Formats: sequence, structure tokens, C-alpha cells
Amino acid sequence: MAFFLQNLVNALQWGSFYALIAIGYSMVYGVLFLFNFAHGDIFMVGAYIGFFVSTGLLALASTGVVALPEGVTLALVLVLTLIISMILNSFVGMLVERIGYRPLRNAPRASAAITGLMIGIILETGNLAILGPQRRLFPDLIPTQTITVAGVSITNKKMLIVGISILLTVALHQFVQRSKWGMAMRAMAYDYVVVPLMGIPVNTVALMTFGLGSALAAAGGILYGTAYPVLDPNMGILFGWKAFVAAILGGRGSILGAGVAGFLLGFIEIFVATIFPSTMRNLIAFSIIMIILTFRPHGFFGEPYSARLRL
Amino acid sequence: MKHMKFVAVLLIATFVLAACGPAAPATIKIGINAPITGDIPKVGEGTKFAAELWLEEIGGTINVGGKDYKVELVIEDNESKGESAAAVNTKLITQDEVLVIVGPQASKQAVPAGAVANDLETPMISPWSTNPATTKDRPWVFRTPFLDPFQGPVIANFVTDEFGFTKAGVLYDIASDYPKGLAEYFKQAWEELHGEGSVVAFESFTTGDTDFSAQLTKIMDAGAEFIFAPQYYNEVALIVKQAHELGFTGPIVGSDSWGSAETVNLCGEDCYGLFFSTHYAAEGATGATKEFIDKYNAKYGYVPDDVAALTWDSLNIVKTAIENCGKLTGDIKADRKCVRDAMANIKEFHGITGDMTFTEEGDPIKCAVIVRISEEGKFTFYKQVCP
Repeated sequence: MAFFLQNLVNALQWGSFYALIAIGYSMVYGVLFLFNFAHGDIFMVGAYIGFFVSTGLLALASTGVVALPEGVTLALVLVLTLIISMILNSFVGMLVERIGYRPLRNAPRASAAITGLMIGIILETGNLAILGPQRRLFPDLIPTQTITVAGVSITNKKMLIVGISILLTVALHQFVQRSKWGMAMRAMAYDYVVVPLMGIPVNTVALMTFGLGSALAAAGGILYGTAYPVLDPNMGILFGWKAFVAAILGGRGSILGAGVAGFLLGFIEIFVATIFPSTMRNLIAFSIIMIILTFRPHGFFGEPYSARLRL
Repeated sequence: MKHMKFVAVLLIATFVLAACGPAAPATIKIGINAPITGDIPKVGEGTKFAAELWLEEIGGTINVGGKDYKVELVIEDNESKGESAAAVNTKLITQDEVLVIVGPQASKQAVPAGAVANDLETPMISPWSTNPATTKDRPWVFRTPFLDPFQGPVIANFVTDEFGFTKAGVLYDIASDYPKGLAEYFKQAWEELHGEGSVVAFESFTTGDTDFSAQLTKIMDAGAEFIFAPQYYNEVALIVKQAHELGFTGPIVGSDSWGSAETVNLCGEDCYGLFFSTHYAAEGATGATKEFIDKYNAKYGYVPDDVAALTWDSLNIVKTAIENCGKLTGDIKADRKCVRDAMANIKEFHGITGDMTFTEEGDPIKCAVIVRISEEGKFTFYKQVCP
């Protein structure tokens, strides 16, 4: 039982990252009918921005500008890093939309998809060229405390990661469902052609969608950095692919769906690795997903009719 | 007047000799096949720095049969991929026409690259690859480190003597030659000591994975007293940290791939007090080894790791072979053959990573060192194990 629960805890943490990245994919796909394949690399950029912001803040704190107890300083650095990096990374996302996607707004979808791939490669190799190939160590912002309950080890990091992920997912869902801008996004997802006629600024909504998705990716990147503190320029590739799968599994444009599917993918991967040899992890995980899609081709929360609009 | 005549004759003689002498190569090209980018860039950096320091040390020339040749290093990046390493070797051999190749470092690259060097009949020496497949049945391929069939038992014996454990857990990358090979040699050695089933968990992952929680939970559940993780530095940091977060309190033991200058930078306090087997210990070194460490440290600002020291030794073996060759004809094929034969004839070598005796296969027999990562994060000598 403890063995099972321990894996459950591990899976929750692992799924959090997929969830946070999948939401960005899903939103862009929902609103603009676009696979933003650069999103995994935007996650990587977010992690690097987090690295620089937190290292900078820690250096600032060590000069003694503000004299606070160590625990408070670290907590403050973490919160500030999250906020600043999310804002900065949302600008990165908006820049990608403005430069990469807007000129292709009316181009065939395949052109836009390969633009995403190219932007991804530019971000990876750009990072490699500017920062060099060496790994970056993400600063330890949360001093690890391990709590053992009935043979299950839970760290404060894990709780925080899962907590923040769920919180952000729910907050974004509320934003899209309740706010006026959210309504505009849903309207665009519903009918791309008619919406501009109603006076909704399509470009602004597109920018906002990218910005929000990228902010979430930055949060994912920072949380990833606290759990797996070794950053490298290619860390976003595989993550991006898998999160994309989760986004499709969740259903087009559904934030909750992407969140749920992200966690589900985390669970499948962890439990496959505990039962079978780890070489079969991806094989079995993706076979399961194929089977699910065979029976639910539109994902968990996707709506069948929306597909006829532009594709 | 007589004096002038003599000078004139000498001058003319020089010109004639220079003009119609045989097309002797003015330079010796040495190819360096290193992982400058990719998974283990610090290894590439160490290789490059050691090679450049070596070039400076020999004054940029090697004397063969009374003639000074200028040495040129051709450093190429293999992206720490096997197929790229093979492509780099092909380029170095066919395009750059190097006399000899030093590298690649990791077995994942050295095994495929060795095949290319052997097929194209160019001597190659790998400074760091410990997997037997690199040199097996390849008369043109040599190496400087000890081999994994030796390293596996060294670690098994050390853990048995030091801690008295009987239950081992192993976590390794199944998609990479070195960890996979060494994990199997270790398992074999451990089961010879403690009987069938004494490796209670033999868990794998694939290159690029960053979450090991499922495997570690399984290893802990199986009751392993320690974990053997023959991985490279970036994975070491993640494995050790995650094991501690999952509440694992036993030691995590490593192999020579841990001996990178970057291991402690990435792993930090989590790695203090851990042991691994390796080629040399920088802390407390003496003689030529210390000289090398001091020079490297003065130039690049950090203590050289195993890779740097082994690259240095490999280059000196190459230098000895070229000198022993006696004469370079300028025909690259014949010269390569000459260097290969000279290298195969080196029976003993006193390097900064210890004394080596070479076997028929081109493999050295040498001692291993057990290193402890101190509370200051330094690699300190703990014990020497000889064959």
C-alpha cells in the first residue's frame, strides 16, 4: 500500500508539469486552431528566465539590501521569481505569436505548424549559441523537508508543485469561463469567422492566449527547476511532445481537460515504469493513449462539431 | 672570403634541399573527437583544455627522427551522439587527413567511432571509454583507462569490504553503452560474491529521462541497502537528490563517470560523503600528476577531472608512438600504419593516471582509485585497488 501511495505522490508531481504545459497547447489550439509546436521550448525559455531571475534576486538578497530571515527571503524570492518570470515569458509567447504566427494567420495550417517547429529549433539553438552547452543548476529555493507518513515520503516541494499547478489550472479555467476576455476567447474557439464581425479584436485575443499559455509554461519551468534542478537547452522537446499529446487527449480548448489529461499521462508513465521495465514506458503509455483516442477521438472534454470549422 | 663562400654553399644547399626534397609533412595533424555540446559538455571542455595545455607543454612540435614537426590539433564536436562521433571520425580521417585520433570519450561514442577508425585504418586512442567493445577485435583502436570487467568487481568488492552490505540496487541508463555494460559487470561480480538474487533491484531508464522516482521507489521497496548508479554527472545530481527526497538513507555508489569537475557543482551537498571508483584523485596527488593539476588549475581556474588527465596521458602515448615511429614519409597511409605499430609496441607507460601495461588488445592494465567526495566537495583519495 505504501508502495502504491508513494508512486501516486510521484505521479502527481510528474503530471503537474504535463498539465501546466498542456494547457498552453490546448488554449492556442482552441482559440486559433493552431498547433503551437514551439510551446515545449517556451517552457524551456521560462525555466531559464526563472533561473536568471532567481539567481539575480538571490544575489541581490545576499548583498544585504533587505535584511530578512533566510526562510522568508527564499519564500519571497520564489514568489517574485514566479511572478516576474511569468510576466517576462508571456512577452516571449506574445513575441512568438506576433513574429511567427500572425503573418500566417490566413496561411494553410500546415505552414503555421512548421513555423512552430522552426521557432522551437530557433529557441533551442539560440540558447545553445548564447548560453553555451553547459548545464545550469537551478538555485534551491525551497529547502527540502521530507515528511514520512505511513511509509510514504512527501516533500514540501512536491506539495507546493502540485498545489500551485492545480491552483493555476483552476484560476485560468475561471478566467476563461467568467471574464469578458475569456468569453471572447471562447467565442473565437466557437466560430473563428464570425467573431471579428462582432467587434472582437482577434489579434489582441490571440496575443492574450499566447501570453497566458506562456505564463503557465514559465510557472511549469520554475517548478520543474525546483524539482529537477539541472537545466539544459533541449529539455523542452520531449516535454513539449508529451504535453501536446495530453492537450489532444484533454479535448480541444478545454483547460480542465488538458489539466486532467496531463495528470493522467503522469500517472500512466510512473505506473508503467513501476510495473514494467522502463524501456517500455513510452511504448505502453502511448499505446494506452491511442486506445483512449480510438474510443474518444475528441478527447475527454472536446466537442465533435468544432472540428468542421476550419479544418 | 672563404667564410662567405661557405655560407653561400650552405644557403644554396638549404634551398635545393627545401625545394626538391621529398614532400615531407611539415605538420602532424592530431584529431580530437570530443563531446563539446550535448549531454556531457563539461567532458568536451576538459578534453579541449587538456589538449590545448598539452600542445603548449610540448612547444607545439614533435621531433621525429631528428626533424621537428609542427603539431596541429583538429578539435571536432560529436554532440555526445554515437552517429555524430562516427561522422566526425570519417571527416577527420578523409577530409582533414589526421595522423591519429584522440577520443571519443564516452563509450556510447567510442564504440561506433572506433569501428570507423579501424575500417579506415587510422590509429585511434580513447582516453575515457571503459567498455570492452571499443577496442575488441580492432587492431587500430587503443585506450588509456582500465576496463569495466575490472571496474565492476572493484566496486562490488569495495562495497562489501567497506559497508558489509549484501543487497544491492542498480539504476542505469539502458540506452548508453557505458552504464549498461558496467551495470551488468557489476551485477555479475556482486552475485558471485553474495549469491543469486543479491542484486535485489536492477532498474533502468533511457537517456534524457529526468524523473527516476518510479525506479527509485521500486529499488527502495526491494530493500536495497545501497544504490549503484554508473551515470554521467548531470544524471548523478538528479538521481542522488531524488533518492534523498524519497527518504533513501543508504549510500549511493558511483563509477568513473562521476569523476567530472561538474558533478559536485550540480549535485552539491547531497553528494558529500559518497564514494566512486575512478582513475585518479586530484586531492593529494604528487609528482607529475600534481604538476599537471597545478598548470591546468592556473590556466583554467578549476581542478582537472579524470577526462582531462586521461586525455593528457593519451596525447603523451600518441607522442611517444609518433617519436618511436622514427620517420615520417609523408604518405599518410604508411605513416598511420607506422604510428599504429609503434603504439601497439608500447608495452609500458608511466602516465599521470598511473602506470599502465598494455595487453594484446590495446588495453592497459592499471590500478583503480576509490574516491570519497569530502565535506568540502573535493574528490579525496580513499583507497587504491590494483588488478
